[in-house]
Amino acid sequence: MLKQLFPYTKGCRKWIVLGVCCSALESVFELLLPLVMADIVDIGIKNGDQAFILSAGLKMVLMAMFALALGGGAAVLASIASQRFGANLRAAQYAKVQEFSFRNIEHFSTSSLITRLTTDVTMLQNTLFMGMRLLIRAPSMLISALILAIGISTQLSRVFLFVIPLIAVLVVLVISRVRPLFRTLQERTDDLNLVVQENLTAMRVVKSFVREEEEKEKFSQRNLALRSTSEKAFGFMSFLMPLMMLIIYSTIIAVMWIGGHMVFDGTLLVGKLISFFTYVTEILISLMMVSMVFMMLSRAIVCGRRVAEVLTETPEITDSAADPTLTVEDGSVEFDHVYFKYHPTAEGWNLTDINVSIPSGVTVGILGGTGSAKSTLVSLIPRLYEANEGEVRVGGHSIKEYTLEQLRDAVAMVLQKNTLFSGSIRENLRWGRADATDEEIAAACRAACAEEFINAFPDGYDTHIEQGGSNVSGGQKQRLCIARAILRKPKILIFDDSTSAVDTATDARIREALRRDLPGVTKIIIAQRVSSIADADLILVMDDGHISAMGTHEELLQSSSIYREVYQQQQEGVSLHG
Amino acid sequence: MAKGPMPGPGGRNKHGFQRPTDLRRTIRKLMGYVGRYKFLLLLVAVCILGSTFCSIYGSFLLKPLINDYIIPGDFPGLARQLAVMGVVYAMGALMSFGSNRIMIYVSQRTVSALRDDLFRRMQSLPLRFFDSRTHGELMSSFTNDIETVSEMINSSFATLITSSLTFVGVLGMMFYLNWTLTLISIAFLFIMLLVVKGIGGKSRVNFQRQQAAIGSLNGYIEEMIEGQKVVKVFGHERKSIEGFAQRNETYREAGTLAQAFAGAMMPIMGNVSRINYAVTCCVGGLLAIGGVFDVGSLAAYLNYVKQVSQPINQISQQTNTILAAAAGAERIFSIMDQTPEVDEGKFRLVNVQKAVDGTLTECEQRSGHWAWRAEDGTLTELRGDVRFDHVDFGYTEEKTVLHDISLFAKPGQKIAFVGSTGAGKTTITNLINRFYEIHDGTITYDGIDIRDIEKDSLRRSLGIVLQDTHLFTGTVMENIRYGRPDATDEEVIAAANLAGASTFIRHLPEGFHTVLSGDGGNLSQGERQLLNIARAAVADPPVLILDEATSSIDTRTEKLIEKGMDRLMAGRTVFVIAHRLSTVRNSQAILVLEQGRIIERGDHEDLLAQKGRYYQLYAGLAELG
Repeated sequence: MLKQLFPYTKGCRKWIVLGVCCSALESVFELLLPLVMADIVDIGIKNGDQAFILSAGLKMVLMAMFALALGGGAAVLASIASQRFGANLRAAQYAKVQEFSFRNIEHFSTSSLITRLTTDVTMLQNTLFMGMRLLIRAPSMLISALILAIGISTQLSRVFLFVIPLIAVLVVLVISRVRPLFRTLQERTDDLNLVVQENLTAMRVVKSFVREEEEKEKFSQRNLALRSTSEKAFGFMSFLMPLMMLIIYSTIIAVMWIGGHMVFDGTLLVGKLISFFTYVTEILISLMMVSMVFMMLSRAIVCGRRVAEVLTETPEITDSAADPTLTVEDGSVEFDHVYFKYHPTAEGWNLTDINVSIPSGVTVGILGGTGSAKSTLVSLIPRLYEANEGEVRVGGHSIKEYTLEQLRDAVAMVLQKNTLFSGSIRENLRWGRADATDEEIAAACRAACAEEFINAFPDGYDTHIEQGGSNVSGGQKQRLCIARAILRKPKILIFDDSTSAVDTATDARIREALRRDLPGVTKIIIAQRVSSIADADLILVMDDGHISAMGTHEELLQSSSIYREVYQQQQEGVSLHG
Repeated sequence: MAKGPMPGPGGRNKHGFQRPTDLRRTIRKLMGYVGRYKFLLLLVAVCILGSTFCSIYGSFLLKPLINDYIIPGDFPGLARQLAVMGVVYAMGALMSFGSNRIMIYVSQRTVSALRDDLFRRMQSLPLRFFDSRTHGELMSSFTNDIETVSEMINSSFATLITSSLTFVGVLGMMFYLNWTLTLISIAFLFIMLLVVKGIGGKSRVNFQRQQAAIGSLNGYIEEMIEGQKVVKVFGHERKSIEGFAQRNETYREAGTLAQAFAGAMMPIMGNVSRINYAVTCCVGGLLAIGGVFDVGSLAAYLNYVKQVSQPINQISQQTNTILAAAAGAERIFSIMDQTPEVDEGKFRLVNVQKAVDGTLTECEQRSGHWAWRAEDGTLTELRGDVRFDHVDFGYTEEKTVLHDISLFAKPGQKIAFVGSTGAGKTTITNLINRFYEIHDGTITYDGIDIRDIEKDSLRRSLGIVLQDTHLFTGTVMENIRYGRPDATDEEVIAAANLAGASTFIRHLPEGFHTVLSGDGGNLSQGERQLLNIARAAVADPPVLILDEATSSIDTRTEKLIEKGMDRLMAGRTVFVIAHRLSTVRNSQAILVLEQGRIIERGDHEDLLAQKGRYYQLYAGLAELG
């Protein structure tokens, strides 16, 4: 994991090194203070030498000031480095997600990607910040204090032989016990948040089925589980501190006992004993810091792994076989013995042996039952998913030969579940083409029958759209999405059941406008209503992942029983009363 | 604007750092929660007092240790003194353990209760509340806000007591040891206070900027990642990376400053304290030469110098935690302060047995018959007669979206709403189950004003199949059973058959026991709608509202489930909203809505004969067909 994240320290490595040096130096200066203090006691006070005390004192003040500058500097450097590291990680992940195929995204799920980009990175960033100070400071304090302590008295320093391993064992024990607890804690938190999330989105369902009490019960149960786990985890951790304190205090007592004898024997000066005592505290405090750092690290490692997973995920669909100069010449589409399944391990195919050739500029209708894989079929054209077998060709070339940018520039798709982004209507429409003029935008909206309602808004095209388009109705949203796609001036335009919330009359007007305004564009329309596709040049009837029939409306009425059935059923009312 | 939630006033500021506006009130409320553990908190205070005393006294023991035992070489005395020290230290450790442990208990219990209450309150709030807030905003109350409050309770209380006690105690001991040195130390403490004020203030200002930046960054990430499929389809990757980079950079800059100031505080304070240590050594040494001080006192005093600056550091850190937590708590309480849905209903829905002579007797089990039981126990049979009488409604006070709606649905009738998007069809159905309160007029159910019916009973008597389908994490079986928790497996399967959902369910890897996650993300819209219908079928309600229930089901499948739908609708009052006119044709009454008004009403034949809007719509379809 470290290996995967290390490259993202680029641009902040020098700050890290510099910051670490500052931290290390700071601790050395700090530790030299007690030594000078010992001299004040053992030489200055003992000999009554005022001048010596004054100069030693000055020396100490200077050292402390150096330490102050170094410490402040280290903090600033750590902040620069960690923020840059965090920014790098976020940017890298974000860029990576942009390369992901739909399948990659589904693999992680959107909500988990968001957490990885936000919370996880913040955790790593904070760990680097704290780590640069503590992780360096603690060991360097430890080592220099040990050296200085041994310098004062080797004999007295033997106590550390007992104490340090004892603390190490203790820390390792606690951490190994606590870590799985924290993992469970995280899972429990996720569980709980899931309930909240689902209740927020499905509030109407909960209310209309009067399930509030059950939902409350569900929440309470998970809340209880979360509470008991966190009580356990934090409760266990609360042993650590007092145990450490006990060890520290026992050490101090041992040092005083042995040291007291040595002072009496004349092998140790009082001042030295006092400074040794100071070192004992420093050493033990730094050990505590180390254990804290470990705690933090063990949480950071989890986050780091999650981030690394995103960074190392192989984008399933890439430009590796593409010719960057190739552009889509026309809107012809060919499926050549195409097979596809969503899950590589699944037994059956979602699409079986699709063979169809669509000439440029025609209108194709796709009709089929729920789950007959209509959407799946059209998703293969802009390479949102990759066919498992066979080849999809656009403009006479395999779609793999185009760069994704070229391909998707030429293939505009209006998704079934569509999204608008926060910003003005105009900004949303410009997603289609960034340099579209106001006239072009208006024309596209006219074609999509969106102009009337946009003009009815007080702010017209500058009307602000809330996140997710929550302040426009379903039908308005669909029409905006259609306008956005038209604005792209594609060679191929795909509508995946994108007029379901638009009424029939408007639907017809939109299709009429498409025929009139975009004559050269291949139009592929998935629809529920036969009326929406009856005038298409070619109609594909999908059934359970394969094309069961194709032809024009008249041909299909003859040849396809499914088509005939659907048609008759939708016709009933019309023929009787029309 | 039929179903779109209203934009919230002032837009989103969900991640924004806000200073609490009414700190005292928030704290008081919070104390209401923590206050349940008064006795434990008292115990914590005692423990802290004890452990602080032990740690101060332990340091004080150093002086006699050196002066009276080590220097003269009195070893039995030294052993005694060390034993005393050991006991003092051990007691200190024990008490600090005790206070930690209790505080964890108190904080976890408090936070858990807070979370529970928040969720419970949320469940009782009207839809209007949710319309004006984003999910992210509410989610963040459950996660971030609760987290900061928990942190505060856990650490702030104990830290504040420990710190102030330590500060006072240590300062007292310092005075006792030597007042000249103490005056010097106090001067340094003033310097530290200045540092805290200066740097702390700068850090706070930058912290606020950082919070604003992180809010905008996270908002952007959320929105773009959620709309990632559209980003891909439009080849908008590069643009979105640019937008991201810009926000990422703003956040980095603000964050660097905020963290630099906050981070520099510790080393600066630590080293100011060390300068104090140095000066004390020097002056203490001179005093010792002058004979007014001794080495043992110096050692003890130096130890105190180290201890005295800690509290300032800690208290200043706690201020940030407390402010953040108070802001979070305020958001939590502002949700809890919302008025829940009004429910003053007195009529309750009960199961009844109907005797041959038509008399009703209340019974426990499901009998297929229902009645409204008034407060005095009289039973009125539930028939499913719904009437609107001159109803006006608007999502906001200023804008009325439904004007003077009057309609009636007699028991067993099928009423259809037709009209263009945004005409107010869904809004009408939202009023029947009292998702929103009407401004004017009345809605009655079997002659009872719906405001007089218990909300739960009212909703239980209405089945609704929504246009937006929502599934919960759990098996297919559990999702269908959502309609009625006590339904048996057989009933669930029967409902799935009725809805025509069993075919695709059997194709799922585990059939009815397949776990759906992420709002049933792997299912198509049509499949989700089928599950939705099954859910309503299992609920078996007397009145049914179908809001575009089959819009994403292709006509062929619709044909297949038609029989089931017919059986589902048989004997019930049904409100149907549909675009496909073929689905509404056989309704007893069709209401044509335009801009919140009923412009035409009648059955299919009548409306065609009227040659009005309905005829136009229908003719449009005919022409297209």
